Amino acid sequence: MDFSLIVGVVVVAALAFDFTNGFHDTANAMATSIATGALRPRVAVAISAVLNLVGAFLSVEVAKTISGGIVDDAKVTPAVIFAGLAGAIIWNLLTWLFGLPSSSSHALFGGLIGATWVASGASAVHFTQVVQKVLVPAVASPIVAGVVAIAGTFLVYRITARARQDVVAKSFKGAQALSASLVSLAHGTSDAQKTMGVITLTLIASGSLAEGSGPPLWVILTSAVAIAAGTFLGGWRIINTMGKRITEIQTPQGFAAETSAAVTILASSHLGFALSTTHVCSGGVIGSGVARKLSEVKWGVAGQMVLAWLLTVPAAALVGAVASLAVERGAAGTIVVAVLLIAVGLAAYLLSRRNPVKPDDTVAEPQPVPAAA
Amino acid sequence: MNIDWGALGSVFVIALVVVVVLTALFAIGVRGLSARAVARDAGTSGGAVGTATAAICFVVCAAIVGYGIYLIGAA
Repeated sequence: MDFSLIVGVVVVAALAFDFTNGFHDTANAMATSIATGALRPRVAVAISAVLNLVGAFLSVEVAKTISGGIVDDAKVTPAVIFAGLAGAIIWNLLTWLFGLPSSSSHALFGGLIGATWVASGASAVHFTQVVQKVLVPAVASPIVAGVVAIAGTFLVYRITARARQDVVAKSFKGAQALSASLVSLAHGTSDAQKTMGVITLTLIASGSLAEGSGPPLWVILTSAVAIAAGTFLGGWRIINTMGKRITEIQTPQGFAAETSAAVTILASSHLGFALSTTHVCSGGVIGSGVARKLSEVKWGVAGQMVLAWLLTVPAAALVGAVASLAVERGAAGTIVVAVLLIAVGLAAYLLSRRNPVKPDDTVAEPQPVPAAA
Repeated sequence: MNIDWGALGSVFVIALVVVVVLTALFAIGVRGLSARAVARDAGTSGGAVGTATAAICFVVCAAIVGYGIYLIGAA
């Protein structure tokens, strides 16, 4: 196979994945602030995009391995990476179409698992690592963030129950916007790094970069811009689900949910137990709904979301495996996969136009003054 | 299989404590603002305590958030 072709294709696919990661994850930070009217939709995604961009430059410590040990990293070739990215991108597009928040990093892991399995056999997949780094965090994240958000929401309503409600509403609007911005910043420092890591390690593997080099400036720039552009595009479908369809959210709840999410993400990244942003944020929203008696959590929607989380790794793995079969056939296979990827992207876009979710749709109806918990 | 339950436990406990402190402080601060607004509307002079409470609470909250931003940058 023409080595430079596959490297070029990986770079483009990695940036495309970065872009889908951006519009998939805008909801994590901004959905509740948009729903409550704390921030106007376009302003919210603009703030989130800028903070993601800033976050990408803030930390350029790139992963040492692509999969973090989930598969045998010695067997991860550029072809495997491309097939894995294909699985991740397709899963991100599908879940976006259905408006389901799901973890972009799990999609990438899934794609890599499937591609490695086909290319090097099941023994190259470290299943205990999959349980440890994917399954356990996926279950633990929403529970931890959910319980924390229940406590925070309960306290907020309890303490402000007898305060003047116009003051309460105004104060929490500002606080909510601020807590959402923190989530965005934390997101930017972690997710753009994944793309930089993928590109940098591919360049090293192909000999274009010396062993152990950091990401070149163009890699940092393009990764930061791709994730910010995706964020700015604002995955309105997922924002709609997170902000309105799970539970009805008031500003104090949004504040409690986003504060819980930001703190949980920070605690997890500094205590060595990585939790996924998407799962943490969804757990926070559900928890803030559980804590306020008057808001009802729509468990059907929450169930759909959990189902999507469970399917993320196997589904992305399946696509990654099929893509890997094609890519192994050589340059022609790679081109076929690339063309199919573009076709799926186009199809998802066209399908989304049939029932579009516009920015203003993601704002909840005007709410009565906050009721006590 | 080597799941670090200890690390998971400490993430949970620390997140819980920080969120409880942060949300409670902010809510108490909001109550201070509310007391100030009530006193002002009534034309009485009881607003000072509310203002002071709010100021102290918000400053501590800001310090915690500042530390959070520092942690993000240091990551």
